[in-house]
Amino acid sequence: MIAATGPVEAFVQSAPLPPRPAPAAPRMAWHEGLFAGLASSAATVTIALLLAMAAPHLLSWAVVNGIWHGGPAACRAGEGACWAFLTAKGPQILFGIYPPGERWRAIAVVVALTALALWTLPPAHWTRRTLIAWIVGILLSLLVMGGAWLGLEPVPTSAWGGLPITLLLTVLSLAIGFPAAIMLALCRRSPAPILRWMSIGFIEIVRGLPLLSMLFIAAVLLPIMLPEGFTIDNFTRALAALCCYSAAYLAEVLRGGLQAIPPGQAEAAAALGLQRWQTLRFIVLPQAIGKVLPALTNTVVVIIKNTGLVLVVGLFDLLSSARAALTDPDWPAPFAETFAFVALIYFAICFGISRYSLFLETRMNMGHRR
Amino acid sequence: MSRSSRRYFARSFVLQLVALAAVIALVIWLATNAVHNLASRGIATGFDFLDRAARFPISESLLPYTPSDSFAWALAVGLGNTILLSMLVAILSTAFGVLLAQARRSHNPLASGLTAIFVESVRNTPLIVQLLFFYSALIFSLPGPHAALNPAPGVFLTNRGLYLPWPMFDHGRWLLSSPITGHFNFEGGLVLSPEFVAIVVGLTLYSTSYAAEIIRSGIEAVPLGQWEAARALGLPERRLFRLVIMPQALRVIVPPMTSQYINIVKNSTLALVVGYPDISFVTATTINQTGQAIEGVAILVLIFLVINFAASAVLNAFNRRLASRVR
Amino acid sequence: MARLFLASTAILALLGGCSQAPAPAARFGGTLEAVRMRGYVRCGASGNTVGFSTPDDKGYWGGLDVDTCRAIAAAVLGDKDKVRFVPLNGQQRLTALQTGEIDVLPRATTWTLARDANGINFTVPNFFDYTGFMVRKASGAVRAQDLKGASVCIQTGSVTEVTFANVSRRYALNLHPVVFDTTQASRQAFFSGRCDALITDASALASVKVTMTTNPDDYRIFPADDVITALTPAVRHGDDRWFDIVKASIDAMLMGEQLGLTRQNIDEQRSSGNPDIRSFVGKEPGVGAALGLHEDWAYQIIRQVGNYGELYEGNVGSASKLKIPRGLNRLQRDGGIMVPIPFN
Repeated sequence: MIAATGPVEAFVQSAPLPPRPAPAAPRMAWHEGLFAGLASSAATVTIALLLAMAAPHLLSWAVVNGIWHGGPAACRAGEGACWAFLTAKGPQILFGIYPPGERWRAIAVVVALTALALWTLPPAHWTRRTLIAWIVGILLSLLVMGGAWLGLEPVPTSAWGGLPITLLLTVLSLAIGFPAAIMLALCRRSPAPILRWMSIGFIEIVRGLPLLSMLFIAAVLLPIMLPEGFTIDNFTRALAALCCYSAAYLAEVLRGGLQAIPPGQAEAAAALGLQRWQTLRFIVLPQAIGKVLPALTNTVVVIIKNTGLVLVVGLFDLLSSARAALTDPDWPAPFAETFAFVALIYFAICFGISRYSLFLETRMNMGHRR
Repeated sequence: MSRSSRRYFARSFVLQLVALAAVIALVIWLATNAVHNLASRGIATGFDFLDRAARFPISESLLPYTPSDSFAWALAVGLGNTILLSMLVAILSTAFGVLLAQARRSHNPLASGLTAIFVESVRNTPLIVQLLFFYSALIFSLPGPHAALNPAPGVFLTNRGLYLPWPMFDHGRWLLSSPITGHFNFEGGLVLSPEFVAIVVGLTLYSTSYAAEIIRSGIEAVPLGQWEAARALGLPERRLFRLVIMPQALRVIVPPMTSQYINIVKNSTLALVVGYPDISFVTATTINQTGQAIEGVAILVLIFLVINFAASAVLNAFNRRLASRVR
Repeated sequence: MARLFLASTAILALLGGCSQAPAPAARFGGTLEAVRMRGYVRCGASGNTVGFSTPDDKGYWGGLDVDTCRAIAAAVLGDKDKVRFVPLNGQQRLTALQTGEIDVLPRATTWTLARDANGINFTVPNFFDYTGFMVRKASGAVRAQDLKGASVCIQTGSVTEVTFANVSRRYALNLHPVVFDTTQASRQAFFSGRCDALITDASALASVKVTMTTNPDDYRIFPADDVITALTPAVRHGDDRWFDIVKASIDAMLMGEQLGLTRQNIDEQRSSGNPDIRSFVGKEPGVGAALGLHEDWAYQIIRQVGNYGELYEGNVGSASKLKIPRGLNRLQRDGGIMVPIPFN
């Protein structure tokens, strides 16, 4: 027991201490970071050397000596990148074996889907009208491409090709996969054991198989398992595989989001008298989707990239048409330019979606700040 | 049980029965169609075909194979190729992933900027485009066997592959088999075909970009205080990284790395596109040659589910060991 | 939750019901009726073999196999353009036939007993071919035995794989196979220099030599073995009437050439007194009724498509880019092995 030797007030603070400045995080200016230590300097020097050796070659090949006009002879004679190949074969790569006279329909579909996608970007446009516009847009695109009831020349799905197929497969597999994923995620968390086990089984099997094998299985098994005379075309088989894949992966992501919602939300909604589906629609799902937005957009990017795999089941998507164009014997097989072109299209779409998701995230975080 | 929860239970019971009945009905319908279709087309059923001679060639394999071997052996050979490919890519991508993660975290703007560009470009383009690009680059840019590049004695680089001298066990003793020029190709030595190199390089680059991000987020998940405390104790950077940071980072890294390794196995099926005979390619050829699609598909699904299950089990055990070390 | 589930099940069922436009069921044995109801014949095609089945720049399909299918359409529906072509690769073509996705597969398919036993009926060969190697002349190889140690590009999904293994073993060639999943990939690998040889049907090689190279004379084609393969249009099991119709259509083209009937002279020959010609063109009741077709079915074939000789020369022979000599594909009376079966 320590005896107090003086007045107690001497040990009591009269005023709160002034706040201390936050410790500065070690941030170096960029020029300091280049030569900060031995390893860093060595890395800088090596990278700079490599860039100095490679960049001029790349630039001279791609830009300076690039052959922008002319025919195959010009490409063989020159030593630069054969961009003239892309201008000459562009329509064939972008639209595949679609009848040349009807190409305007394919162009219209691409433009319509892109316009719809760009329109849906700002969150202010997320209304019921936009949803209806999407449904109508997708149905119209299918009808215009196929030419069934509109009095247009009918074009079978085996003749569809290029960018329209890539876009249609992406949009359709997301449009069908997302609601299916919501159902699967809800079943996965449901207390009813049969529903739960069925959805677990489906999700685990689909996530365990490579997409290539699923496409192959759909292409090979669906014809056997349907009754005589009930045929299903190649496009629909690939779409079925892609939808199952999207549904399973999106369901797992959504399950994570649903798990993160405090049970108090559902209870409060019940106390307010909301029915189960109203709770889902207005309270639970929006929060769940908001919480897992980064993972969702990652999965969407994966699904977009996966549409490139349909070339192994004989569908003529963008990549397959590009490969077919490369076999023309007149041109000196400019594979680097062609694959770079295809990669650039995919990159633009996927990178755009990741940046968009960052924008959405910041916006949602700002909404939550008090 | 209260009245409302009893009502809920009854309703959900009926609902589950309906769902189960619908699924069972669907399966029965599909199965009867399949049986009827197979019978009407005279396609055999059963797994007897596994003993028959395969009679088709496989381009290259780890295990020895000739077309007179059985279908079962051909499938085993394909599986061996897949396992070889997956393990090689897993090891390489983990190693490079650690390097890239450190580069991305470093203060050197060149290193971290280039790594960011690399990761973003690789992750936003489809793997199949990258594979086709690498394969075309190899077969179009490299010279033929008669004009082979010879960077070192016994090492030849052609568009048929990279030929290296390799020790072989022949007639009871080890000898070095060196590639020698034949009329068409080099004979002898170890050959890494352009198909193999294309799939390994393409898949490694792709997996490295994901691995780098996973490892980086694991390292950054370790609180800054750990770094400061370790430095305050006087530990040098290397040792503090190995003893303090990595064990804690591993706990965050291992679960996503598990799924990344499984993704490597699944992505290895793209070897079909560049002509490397992995299990899915061999199974597809088997289905073509025998016409028995259902058995072939069942084998393929079974193999992947087993691989998935085994990999998950091993890595979950590893995860549990890590987690159990927490005080 | 329950309502959501039931509602979505209902919607899915509805969609499932409406999605498949009620396809006139090509029931067991009902192909002729189905084709008549549908209004066109569905044919399998390869889509990338010039001379056999490929679309031109305008999207109009042409080739030997395509014309065979047009002959069937002319016989059954009276119009050679009432056909739709479905591009199929090597792996899909047999399944597509077995499931009823196509009515006839004229695409160059080798007749083997294994395939015949597995749900497919082969009709009448429309092209006798052999498996061949294509090499660069500079390599110096002129026959299969010269290919010791060579790399060979193969595409999967065909009898060629088995033939390759047989040839390699028989002549102890130690060939290095490089197997691809599509014809395109295997051809591109060969032309890039990855392989020393490309192995497939000699007719396809001839087509590739002319259309995929700028200098066809730098390449040589020679047989892989001494086996003749019969490329034969096929139909599926279980429909004897359709089987007979397809056989009859192909035979009509051979018989047309035997009788000297061509597209130019068929109209004037129609009024000829020759009893064989009269029964051919349907002036005298012949097999048309028994087949379920109009009596002038054979006349329509010759008038719209031509006889076998015209088909051959126009698509793959002297009047085409490929210039494959007729060889075994001549009529038996001219020294080949094509035998027209008599109508009566």
